[in-house]
Amino acid sequence: MDVQLIVFLPLLAAIVAGLGGRIIGRVPAKIITTGALFASAALSWPIFLGFMAHSVEPYNVTILKWISSGDLQVNWSLQIDALTAVMLVVVTTVSSLVHLYSWGYMAEDPDQPRFFAYLSLFTFAMLMLVTADNLVQMFFGWEGVGLASYLLIGFWYQKPSANAAALKAFVVNRVGDFGFSLGIFATFLVFGTVSIPEILAAAPSMANSTIGFLGLRVDTMTLICILLFIGAMGKSAQLPLHTWLPDAMEGPTPVSALIHAATMVTAGVFMVCRLSPMFEVSPTALTIVTFVGAITALFAATVGTVQNDIKRVIAYSTCSQLGYMFFAAGVGAYGAAMFHLFTHAFFKALLFLGAGSVIHAMHHEQDMRFYGGLRKEIPLTFWAMLFGTLAITGVGIIQVAGLPSFGFAGFFSKDAIIESAFASGTTAGGIAFVVGIFAALLTSFYSWRLIFLTFFGKPRWAASEHIQHAIHDAHGHGHDAHDHNDPIQEHAGHDTRPDEAHAHEVPAGTGGYHPHESPWTMLVPLGVLTLGAIFAGMVFHHAFIDLHEGAEFWGGSIHFNAHLMEDIHHVPLWVKLSPAVVMILGFLIAYAAYIRDTSMPRRFVGQFGVLYRFLYNKWFFDEAYNVLFIRPSLWLGRVFWKRGDEGTIDRFGPNGAAGVVRVGNLLTSRLQTGYLYTYALVMLLGLAAAATWVMAR
Amino acid sequence: MNVLGFPILSVMLAVPIVAGILCLFVSSNAARWVALAATLIDLALGILLWNAYQIGGPQWQFVENAGAFGPFAWKLGIDGIALMLILLSVFLMPFCILASWSSIEHRIPEYMASFMLMETLMIGVFAAQDIFLFYLFFEAGLIPMYLIIGIWGGSNRIYASFKFFLYTLLGSVLMLVAMLWMVQTAGTTDIPTLMAYDFPPQAQTWLFLAFFASFAVKMPMWPVHTWLPDAHVQAPTAGSVILAGVLLKMGGYGFIRFSLPMFPEASSQLFWLVMGLSLVAIVYTSLVALVQQDMKKLIAYSSVAHMAFVTIGLFAFNRQGLEGALIVMLSHGLVSGALFLCVGVIYDRLHTREIDRYGGLATNMPAYAVLFLLFTMASIGLPGTAGFVGEFLSLVGAYKANSFVGAVATTGIILGAAYMLYLYWRVSYGVQRNADAAAMPDLTRRELAILAPIAAVVLWMGIYPESFLAPMRNDVGLLLARVERAAPESDAHLAMGSAPKAAAPAAHAPAAGGH
Repeated sequence: MDVQLIVFLPLLAAIVAGLGGRIIGRVPAKIITTGALFASAALSWPIFLGFMAHSVEPYNVTILKWISSGDLQVNWSLQIDALTAVMLVVVTTVSSLVHLYSWGYMAEDPDQPRFFAYLSLFTFAMLMLVTADNLVQMFFGWEGVGLASYLLIGFWYQKPSANAAALKAFVVNRVGDFGFSLGIFATFLVFGTVSIPEILAAAPSMANSTIGFLGLRVDTMTLICILLFIGAMGKSAQLPLHTWLPDAMEGPTPVSALIHAATMVTAGVFMVCRLSPMFEVSPTALTIVTFVGAITALFAATVGTVQNDIKRVIAYSTCSQLGYMFFAAGVGAYGAAMFHLFTHAFFKALLFLGAGSVIHAMHHEQDMRFYGGLRKEIPLTFWAMLFGTLAITGVGIIQVAGLPSFGFAGFFSKDAIIESAFASGTTAGGIAFVVGIFAALLTSFYSWRLIFLTFFGKPRWAASEHIQHAIHDAHGHGHDAHDHNDPIQEHAGHDTRPDEAHAHEVPAGTGGYHPHESPWTMLVPLGVLTLGAIFAGMVFHHAFIDLHEGAEFWGGSIHFNAHLMEDIHHVPLWVKLSPAVVMILGFLIAYAAYIRDTSMPRRFVGQFGVLYRFLYNKWFFDEAYNVLFIRPSLWLGRVFWKRGDEGTIDRFGPNGAAGVVRVGNLLTSRLQTGYLYTYALVMLLGLAAAATWVMAR
Repeated sequence: MNVLGFPILSVMLAVPIVAGILCLFVSSNAARWVALAATLIDLALGILLWNAYQIGGPQWQFVENAGAFGPFAWKLGIDGIALMLILLSVFLMPFCILASWSSIEHRIPEYMASFMLMETLMIGVFAAQDIFLFYLFFEAGLIPMYLIIGIWGGSNRIYASFKFFLYTLLGSVLMLVAMLWMVQTAGTTDIPTLMAYDFPPQAQTWLFLAFFASFAVKMPMWPVHTWLPDAHVQAPTAGSVILAGVLLKMGGYGFIRFSLPMFPEASSQLFWLVMGLSLVAIVYTSLVALVQQDMKKLIAYSSVAHMAFVTIGLFAFNRQGLEGALIVMLSHGLVSGALFLCVGVIYDRLHTREIDRYGGLATNMPAYAVLFLLFTMASIGLPGTAGFVGEFLSLVGAYKANSFVGAVATTGIILGAAYMLYLYWRVSYGVQRNADAAAMPDLTRRELAILAPIAAVVLWMGIYPESFLAPMRNDVGLLLARVERAAPESDAHLAMGSAPKAAAPAAHAPAAGGH
């Protein structure tokens, strides 16, 4: 019964708050949704800890028959195993904290019941996704989270940019779902079922078989895995389907933390891990997964280094970290991929919520060029974000001579990924290893850059329009009063004038503005997540990636390669040290550029303008897609409409014939009834003919 | 007789026609009430019919045979497929009457009478068991629709009704000729008997094409679809609902009742004709929908794309395809009907279908925005709504039949999301650009009473489609048994082992490759 409650309480709360929000009022709607989520989280942890203690066996609850068509039998059902348990705690924990955080962050918004309903609806869909025991229900959750994401990105629906971002997120995800759908169709064709346990059991027997696809004959499992992986690429914002994620930052910041950092975007990683026995059958598919992950990790990290919008930096960081998870899966280290998913959920949600707290304090200014010196003004937020940064950059001490190792969450998970890539011994793994090291350098650089620009140096607030707005607006009363009523306030940095970034120094000065620390509803989630960012790695790494305990913990819910996990203990010392070295190097570069000599970035931009613009404009993906897909589609639509339907079909069809008929009708000048009579006459004549023929027979 | 002890199908046909005649002789207001009462009675009878229908019972139930009247026999009877389509018709009718309650302002008795006649003819199409009786209902159904568009339609109604008439006329003449030939050859007008009759394969092709001319226009399939956008744009709201909701389904029903079981070999031979036109329709009309400025036109084009999922599913020659096609027919009937009702709601307030005249309706019409969003999502096939179940099954079937068809048709889910969400954005989101649109009040109780039940059924069909699939399962099986002998070979079959040879489906062969 527990699992039903975990999954359906959020749905119930979403319905009550969403449809009844206007009746029951704002506060009850918030209490119901937040309460439901805390209840779900409280029920989820015992299940997870049960799997940790090996006291819970996997089980399955069938709720209702869904689709039944011949061999295609799909039920609504909930499957609980170790993999699901991990996702349950991630989803419900982050979600409940984000619900609480939103009490403070969204305090002034007039549409709060709607916001909380969407959040709870999202959580329900995500829980359906992770508890699915068949591909179709997984697809239900997959699309459900997509819907919630669409609604939340476009939550401030008066903003054109938010609507555009929401539409883009949905449609780009649909491109991924196109692959996912075809993957489900092909799976059903091959296995005659969509039940995940049955497919995974039968997958090895399909090795070396071939299947027809678009006139080609291809390896069955490679085809299926790649098609399904296209879905994962869309949802997890992997190259080249990543373009929606940075734009998704148009949504309120709690949404970014929950959906676009901790949970929904990891669904692709979850899917690959859930289907890992399938992917194991196709080395080709795994190689592709590795490459896509590695390229994305690199690409997103490079772009992240030059963004000015605090949320965009974290968004690209997310994209990059997801790349790590994918190449971990690609080299067969599914345990490490899931472990990084788990730790990343805590420290990335922390970073986003911390950024939200900064934005809240800075009157919705998101541009880091107008931050600076906030360390003393909002110390609790500063410390939280500092711990988040220590976690994402992977600070820790390598285990020497049997001493217990210490490190922040990312230290355990990211190093495990980098080491597995090396230990896998494949070419793809080697490339992923090199890319992973380099991306770690960039990660360290952009993470510290964010910290230095935001919290250190002199205040540069005076030049910010948002701050000026606040100062002029807040004579006498707290500037909070104005905060959220105006949705135009929060924008995701749509200015694409890179030269301004560093070419002109932003003048220093506070402008008389006083940032203030966020309310307790926002600080408590930050505190809890800080604990996660510090301890999640240390406490749980045995269960997730230890070669003995890991195999026992996962218990067959993923393909656990104990051999690979063994090998990562035997990688050369320089491999173990490399992540730490680049992490320190990244810190030093950021320190040199943003603390010691702040003119350095400007000189860099002056010297490498082309490279800078290339990175600042995100490798020009959006521009390319606009030229390649969006404009041609609209152009074709107009051509088909004007030239096709009106210019050809109608012209030679009905309009041509119309000329002939019109002559006859001019005589009667009673156009409509004229046709009616003609019509009735023809039909009656037909029937009369039939009658005559029957009688004459 | 039947388990109910009275000729329920004849009664269902008689109720609206009697009410329709009555409408002509009473006041406007009384006509509204008479029409509403008649549609509700028929809805109640429909639910009774659904209850009394025995799943797994005889193929044809509630059969009535009143003997021959000249060329045709008054022979009625339904199977599960017809049952579901009759239910769709009687379910939508009361909402049509309610939607016309105040938006139709002149010649109300005649209007209501037309709708009553329409209802009789729609039920008749699905219940007829005599081929000429079917023809009578099938073709006569166009007369009330023609009147509804031509008299109560928009400014360009004459052109629209003319186009509607011209397209349909061509098809129906060919179909009648084919029917005459078939009756002569098989020596019976009884549809169930004809469904089991094996026509010579050479003749099948011609017969198929003759029927195809009629059904393809009705569906409508590309390139004979251009009457639909015009008809929808000009028709009053309720007319659009019936047109999209039920009349388009008659084409699909025709394929199921006639083309597939009577001409299985021809259906298989012309597999690529049907699939080709359907694939073109999905891509072509979706792109056209993307650039529309007129709400009704956009939804009309989306209907063409959705109906292509029906033809693709039907001609996949497998169970998932057929059942998917049937569910698409039902779900599209509900969803597109609801979308036209949604358009009607705001058209009644502002008297324009121009998308750009609206915007930001989520602010002043929140309840409307929620329901409109639900139907939008159902239209793009979001799982959990009716749209998904049909589209998914139909695409599964299509992929099974041919991977190329499956892949191209699946692009419809991308394009569908693009044009529907773009529409939703422009209508409901954004700032309130126009003062008059911003001043529109939210849904009235009457409008809520129209949209909420449809929303409930859309979710029901999405979450527990078994209620709708179960009655049709047997009939799909019988149809499959009839057509499977002719099923074209799939390109997507599996070959086991390392030798990549194009062997026969070898799913049961032992795996040659180790692991």
